[in-house]
Order: sequence, then structure tokens, then C-alpha cells
Amino acid sequence: MTKTTAPAVLELRRVHKTFGRQAVLRDVTFRVNAGETLVLIGESGCGKSVTTKLLAGLLTPDAGEVAWENQVVANLPRREFRRRRLQFGYLFQGAALFDSLDVYENIAFGLRENTRMREPGIRDIVHQRLREVGLTPETARKWPAELSGGMKKRVALARALAMSPAVMFYDEPTTGLDPVMSDVINELILQTRQRQPVTSVVVTHDMHTVRRVADRVIMLFPLSRLQPGESQIVFSGTAEEVFACADPRVRNFVNGDAGDRRQELAA
Amino acid sequence: MSTLMADDPPGTFIHVIGQGAIRMVRAVGNLSLFTWRMTRQMYRLPRGQVLWPVMYDVGVLSLPVIMITGLFIGMVLAVQTYDTLRVMHFESRLGSVVNVSLVKELGPVLAATMLAGRVGSAIAAEIGTMRVTEQVDALDALGADPIGYLVVPRFLACFLLIPALTLLADGVGMLGGWAVSTKMLGVSDHFYWVYSDSFVTAYDVVTGALKSLFFGAAIAVIACHRGFHCRSGAEGVGRAATEAFVYSFVAILVLDFFLGVILLKAYRLLFGGAISL
Repeated sequence: MTKTTAPAVLELRRVHKTFGRQAVLRDVTFRVNAGETLVLIGESGCGKSVTTKLLAGLLTPDAGEVAWENQVVANLPRREFRRRRLQFGYLFQGAALFDSLDVYENIAFGLRENTRMREPGIRDIVHQRLREVGLTPETARKWPAELSGGMKKRVALARALAMSPAVMFYDEPTTGLDPVMSDVINELILQTRQRQPVTSVVVTHDMHTVRRVADRVIMLFPLSRLQPGESQIVFSGTAEEVFACADPRVRNFVNGDAGDRRQELAA
Repeated sequence: MSTLMADDPPGTFIHVIGQGAIRMVRAVGNLSLFTWRMTRQMYRLPRGQVLWPVMYDVGVLSLPVIMITGLFIGMVLAVQTYDTLRVMHFESRLGSVVNVSLVKELGPVLAATMLAGRVGSAIAAEIGTMRVTEQVDALDALGADPIGYLVVPRFLACFLLIPALTLLADGVGMLGGWAVSTKMLGVSDHFYWVYSDSFVTAYDVVTGALKSLFFGAAIAVIACHRGFHCRSGAEGVGRAATEAFVYSFVAILVLDFFLGVILLKAYRLLFGGAISL
């Protein structure tokens, strides 16, 4: 069951990240193994999205290293960096569809920019990806502004999958969606995994997603509420273990209990 | 001894000056690096699908405002200059005054200002919105360099089209000036064009268009830079749009002065002449 002996596809090694004066990550180290679905959980502001963007090469660390298949990203030649990054697909929190392009062009974007594929081939892939996320080909001519939240997420997923990536990043895939649509997205994450061998990193608050998709869970804690010297990773283990964890910080998060934070509210 | 960083609240007046100087140097450096990154991305021309819509937006959709600007500038110049010339009995030379001013200065500067207002603000707002909604990150994730995809087409559109827009503003302004001068103010048609011909040189027309190239480049780079460095939220986007226009306008004025000096010296070098600086 455990895949820790498999090669690490992605790795953070003693990474620090600060924005202006705000330190977000301090000395964070973990690895993502080939083929596994790692879920990152944690309160708002704990650095989950920043961690994911660091893993995906969209941000660079201020200290420490990010490594892809044991090669330090900062040392990769530009061309190699770009080639490897094309093997990643990223589903952004707000979908991040391009407003000036319709659904078809959004999904076709990666293919047009990075391949010499001709129109019939592109059309086939776009329609296939739309079908895979449960949307009809008629959706292809709509504009992002005309789509509901759930449809936007699904189009964004189709766009991320268009190049058949080996690694998928999902940044809060169910945030802002109703419970039914959230389950549709969870199902799509599972189906993507079944359709092709994919390593996945999922950032979420949603414990339903954790239950359904996680092979392994890591919980990050906000730096502002940690003691100096305390590790920012407060849990690392399987989904079953996270629900049974005794650490009150983990338990409160998993159970949706404000706990000590109630004291911050006005009396 | 106290040391304040550029982002600290100001201490004494000396600190304020120092922090202001640091911020300005940082800003110039930042803009220069941005321009360098853009230049490096120009090894590959943007796809037609990306470039043509931008050129249409910058060029074709700017035509009405450019033509209206040119027309009214020409007309206003004629109206305002007529009385002064009439006192000296030089009203027949109105054509030379209107057209030289248009072609050398007002056409390029006002066409660029219109472009900064129309296109510069829109570019900054569009790129700023893309930034805060993670669309810029999405470009990166999908294998498109954001600077190559967003900045280069806009730069090429502004740079390549502004001379045409400038010449159009000049032309429409000349027509407007002619119409007011001859139909409203009674200046002789014949002398209007004879004096225009003798005072407006090819050098004036060409250098006017040449200056506009620099203006167009400045507008595009500044607007894109403001968009990329936009702060989050509606306020951030609005501020980026405003700053794009204001900084572009200041850049146009500063460039206009220095280019004017350089082009006058160049004229003297090339053709000799009475102008000395």
C-alpha cells in the first residue's frame, strides 16, 4: 500500500518562502511519490497554495530547494525546465479561465502554444476532454463569463488535462461549489487517476475530498501560530490516520471545531 | 545611527528623501529588467491568432478618437493663432504655423496621449485583472511565457501602429486647420498651402513619426509593467490603470523634450542651418 520506496516525483527540501515581510513557509521538507495522491490540508494562510505553486515551479523558494525526480529545479536549463513543466497540469482555485478566449480556445491553448498539432487533432482532444468532464461539445463555444462555477471548474480541469499530464495539481478544487458538484469534482479526480497513471497533489479544506481521494495527507499549520522551532508540518500520514490523530490542532481542523480560536472572537 | 528600509514609515525629512530616492531607483531598475525580459521574448513572433486581435484593438479601434483629436487640434490651432498673425498682417501664413506645429509636436504628442489613455489604461487593467485572477499563472502553467504572450504582442501593436496613427492625426488636423482657416477665417486657399509647403519639411514629418515610435514603445512597456505589478483587488487594478496613463504621459513629455533636442542637433549635423543649441 505504501509507496514510499517509489522514486520521489516532487520534493521540497528545507524550503523557506516570504512575501514582503510575511513569512509563509519555514523549513518545509516533504516528498510526493510517483503515482500517489497527496492531499495538503490546513487552515487559511498556512501556505498550502504557496507550497503547491513551489512544487509546480510557478514560484521559486527564497531558501531551500525544489526537486523534480531528484533534480534541483533551480539548476535545470530553461528548455529542460519548460519541457518538464509541460508534464504538469494545474487546476487553479478560481479556475483562472482566460476571459478573452471561449471554452474551446481555453482547452486548446496548451496544444496550440506547445505543439504543431493540426486543427482536426486539436478538435478531437478538446471534445474528448469535454466529454471526460461531463460537458457537451456545445459548451465549447461558450465564454467563461457564461459558465456556472461548477462548469468553470470542469472546463479548467479539461484544460489542465488537455496535454495528458503526468502530474496534476488541484488547488482547492471544490471551494465555492455546492455539495453535489463538489462530489462530481472528487469523482473526476478519481477518474483522472484511473484513466492514466497520474501523480496528484490536492490542496483542500474539504474533508470529503480527503476521504475520497487521498493516499496520503499532510497538514500544514500557519507560521504565525507556531512556536519558533516547531515544525510547520503537523501531520503526515494516511487518510485513516488523519481522522484518528490525537494532536488537537489536527483534530480541530478535521472536525471543524474552532477550539482555541473562539478566544479571538469578541466576547 | 538609524537605518530605515524603503518600506519603513519615514523618520526625518532626510529619511523621506532617501526612501524616495531608493524607491525611484528600484522602480527604474524594475522597469528596465522588465523591458529586457520582453526583448528576450521577441525572438519568436506571436501567433497570428494572438497578434491580430491586439493590433485591431490598438490600431483600428483607436481611429475614431485619433481622428477627432487631430481634427479639433488643427481647428483650434487655426482659431487661436489667427488673431496674433493678423496683428502682424501675416494671416496668410496661418498654414505654415498650424501645419508645422501639428506635424512636429502636437500630432505625435496628442496621438500618443490619446493612445496612452485609451490603450495604455486598458492594457494595464486587463493584465492586472489577469494577474489577480491567476490567469497569468495559468499561462505559465500551460507553457506560454506570460511576457511573451501578453507583452510582446501589445508592444508590437503600439510600436508598429503609432506612426500610422500619428500621420493620420497630422493629416486630419491639416484638413481641419485648412477648413477653419479658409472657410471660417477667410485666409486664402492658395497661400495657405504655399506657405505650408515651404515651411513643413519632410524631415519634420519623418521625425514626428520617429518620435511617435518612442512614445508607443514607452506606452506599451509602462502599461504592461503596471499590469504585471498590480496589487490585488479592484482598487489595485484601478490604480494600475491610472498609473499606466499618468506614467506614460510623463514619459511622453520627457521623451518629447529630449528627442526634440536630439533631432534638432541631428538636423544641424545633416543639413547645416541656423538653429543652434
